Amino acid sequence: MSARTLIDLRGADVVNVSRRTLLKAGLFAGGGLVLGVFFPGLAPVASAQEEENPGEEGAVTSHSPNAFVRIGTDESVTIIVNHSEMGQGTYTSIAMTVAEELDADWTRIGVEAAPVDPVYNHPGFGMQATGGSTSTWVEWDRLRKAGAAARHMLVAAAAARWGVDASTCTTEDARVLHAESGRALTYGALAEAASRLTPPAEVALKAAKDWKIIGTLKQRLDTPDKTNGKAIFGIDVTLPGMLVALVARPPVFGGKVKSFDATRAKAVAGVRHVVEIERGVAVVADGFWPAKLGREALDVVWDLGPHAALDSRTQGDEYALLASRPGLVARNEGDAAAALGAATKLVGGTFDLPYLAHAPMEPLNAVADVRADSCEVWTGTQFQTLDHAAAARDAGLAPEKVKLHTTLLGGGFGRRAAIDSHFVREAVQLSKALGVPVKVIWTREDDIRGGAYRPRALHVVKAGVDAEGAVVAWQHRIVCQSFMAGTFLEPFVFKDGIDHTAVEGAADTRYALPNLRVEWHRAPDGIPTHFWRSVGHSHTAFVVETVVDELAHAAGKDPFEFRRALLGDARCKGVLEAVAALAKWGTPAPAGQARGIAVHESFGSYVAQVAEVSVSPEGRLKVHRVFVAIDVGPVVNPGLVRAQMESAVVFGLSAALYGEITLEAGRVKQRNFHDYPLLRMHEMPAVEVTIVDSTERMGGAGEPGVPPVAPAVCNAIFAATGKRVRQLPLSHVDLRRS
Amino acid sequence: MVELQVNGKARSVDVRPDTPLLWVLRESLGLTGTKFGCGMAQCGACTVHLDGEAVRSCVTPVSRAAGKQVTTIEGLAPELGVPLQQAWIAEDVPQCGYCQSGQIMSAAVLLREKATPTDDDVDCAMAGNLCRCGTYQRIRCAIHRAARLRGEGGGR
Repeated sequence: MSARTLIDLRGADVVNVSRRTLLKAGLFAGGGLVLGVFFPGLAPVASAQEEENPGEEGAVTSHSPNAFVRIGTDESVTIIVNHSEMGQGTYTSIAMTVAEELDADWTRIGVEAAPVDPVYNHPGFGMQATGGSTSTWVEWDRLRKAGAAARHMLVAAAAARWGVDASTCTTEDARVLHAESGRALTYGALAEAASRLTPPAEVALKAAKDWKIIGTLKQRLDTPDKTNGKAIFGIDVTLPGMLVALVARPPVFGGKVKSFDATRAKAVAGVRHVVEIERGVAVVADGFWPAKLGREALDVVWDLGPHAALDSRTQGDEYALLASRPGLVARNEGDAAAALGAATKLVGGTFDLPYLAHAPMEPLNAVADVRADSCEVWTGTQFQTLDHAAAARDAGLAPEKVKLHTTLLGGGFGRRAAIDSHFVREAVQLSKALGVPVKVIWTREDDIRGGAYRPRALHVVKAGVDAEGAVVAWQHRIVCQSFMAGTFLEPFVFKDGIDHTAVEGAADTRYALPNLRVEWHRAPDGIPTHFWRSVGHSHTAFVVETVVDELAHAAGKDPFEFRRALLGDARCKGVLEAVAALAKWGTPAPAGQARGIAVHESFGSYVAQVAEVSVSPEGRLKVHRVFVAIDVGPVVNPGLVRAQMESAVVFGLSAALYGEITLEAGRVKQRNFHDYPLLRMHEMPAVEVTIVDSTERMGGAGEPGVPPVAPAVCNAIFAATGKRVRQLPLSHVDLRRS
Repeated sequence: MVELQVNGKARSVDVRPDTPLLWVLRESLGLTGTKFGCGMAQCGACTVHLDGEAVRSCVTPVSRAAGKQVTTIEGLAPELGVPLQQAWIAEDVPQCGYCQSGQIMSAAVLLREKATPTDDDVDCAMAGNLCRCGTYQRIRCAIHRAARLRGEGGGR
């Protein structure tokens, strides 16, 4: 997602919410200091729901959900994290950010997922959401302030107790120290007193040289429970009396239920209900297995709707026809058409990149418990605010009666950021209809065939060099769907009729290309499309980095040197040079192997990769090594950045080698991992990562590693075989030596 | 009723005999550490031990487990479980973590059969376990580390 509307982070107010009488939420038992950071101008704290909660005299009576730090009188320090943990490490990076300024004892830090509340809104998106590789950098300022403010108040409480000046106190490992008198008090002992104080109007943040936690390789907080079976994902949540539902959804997108016969389904032992909901017909049973057997026995007559004839081959023809005509202009410098006419050598062609599924290892699911006066939902979601609001609407309840619990996510990649909250809504609708808790589980087939794909993209590029090998022009036409058109997100990504996410990475390329023209055709709707890890960059980077490679070869120049000279951005050049050094570009590749290079900026970070591949005479490809250089600006946890680069290489390589969703007669052909293959252990290249030292603006780490993978590999294939790849996946490309 | 031995305890479950062991473990016995990923033995997230052998519980009818020892991630014996978990933590292996129970259960069988596996051994033993987050490189390192820990007497 592009975070284009950023709210100025200056002017945040830090408020001590422990002193306010608030919801009898019971979320924070145990007393202690709870601190929130408020932004004037954003939605206020839900003051309408405040209740009297006198409690015992002298005790801290109640606590607020508008908080990021909870310090218990039992010495526990819990960071309340408002971003979803889908493997990218937010729980750890965000905890580190707060803990640093707090001077907490890192070995005793705990993390909890935040409830849904406006105070937890993403500062850039204006709603509680995780996406766009933004979590760490967008919270960088306000969470350091939250930690620093809490520390300030703990010191003030200690200084008051000791009768000394606060400036003579220091903090370390969750204790306040007064060196002169040798006294010390733990944060736990001070939490209640501190909670009675007013937060400081201003806080001083640590200088980078004083960081003890930020910038270090702290181990992830969620690892232990992910190695012993204790980690709870949405699909693991169980409630008393809960039933499990599988939903029969239309086999063609846009289809509807015409009629259904539940007789055979209900005859399956364990099936309790068969219910039509908005999206299809649900079979609700005692457990997954009877629900599955019941769904198989369900007879549904479908109105297949307007897209019953969708076919990937004819769609390809339609896209090609669109690409043959001028489109909406996304970028126009100089006169590309004229300059191309004067070029000495022309390169480029037509690139056809398929729909791609996210396929998170945990299939979609949601648990809902709707009662007369309340609704609770448990799910792994990236879009808390939207899901919460949708649940309230479907439950017919006021939002304050609805609680949404964010569990761990078994993979997100954008799939769990549902603009229409569809997977939460199914569960809420069923629980409301049946009056019992319901868990909706998607099978892998439901997932692979369930839409929300990375759009198919057709690119036509013509570029040229002159006799000296200088680039003279670049003409680029892109055909793909827009998944934000017609949604409330449209104003954030559309400008002058162009969906920015369809052309990002191409229209705003970091190459200094003269006579650059980029156009876009919005392809017709039909197949639901969605954010897919790195969004538009996932297809534009492949095309741009391939054509740049073609230009380099047309110019007779080394692909690394050519890029270095053509790049107009210092940070791009920096990672390019770093990866070339790491890969020893310029020295001979290992025997029988060839190298390819690619560089791309996305989500505020700069990533360059070199792939070393071999191609056997029979056309068998092996990717041996991938070198990665990333400039992410300041680094909170290098281990997490490294892990995301490793992850991105596998994700991008799976897509490049195997990924495709195709349709015949309106139906998705693929259904599980036998026909939507993912990379396996024995295909894993060795991945080496270098993180460039940078004090520039912090960017993201979750997505930027994906775009350069496919072009680096395919540029290496060209170096190895002379074959230029313009179509993915590679499983369809004949790499045999001719 | 089906009589099972799960993690060393006798358990009785009232399920159809063709119910996959995966769902008996997760739903009847509340052992949610074993995961559902594909339902057709393609991803390995459901891997458990049946009399010590790694099986994909999503395609193993519970009737096949009757009278046998079923071991899940929750009950992995310390001799293998501790070095594996220590190694997984030291290498910071998991990202989303959903596949990791299955990965560790497959790795446990590998280490039991080959105390110091080669990279080829690792490839063969682990090829059935998918990881969408791409932690394969760290899984490999962690398996080698766990082998070393066991060799040094770790896990006691």
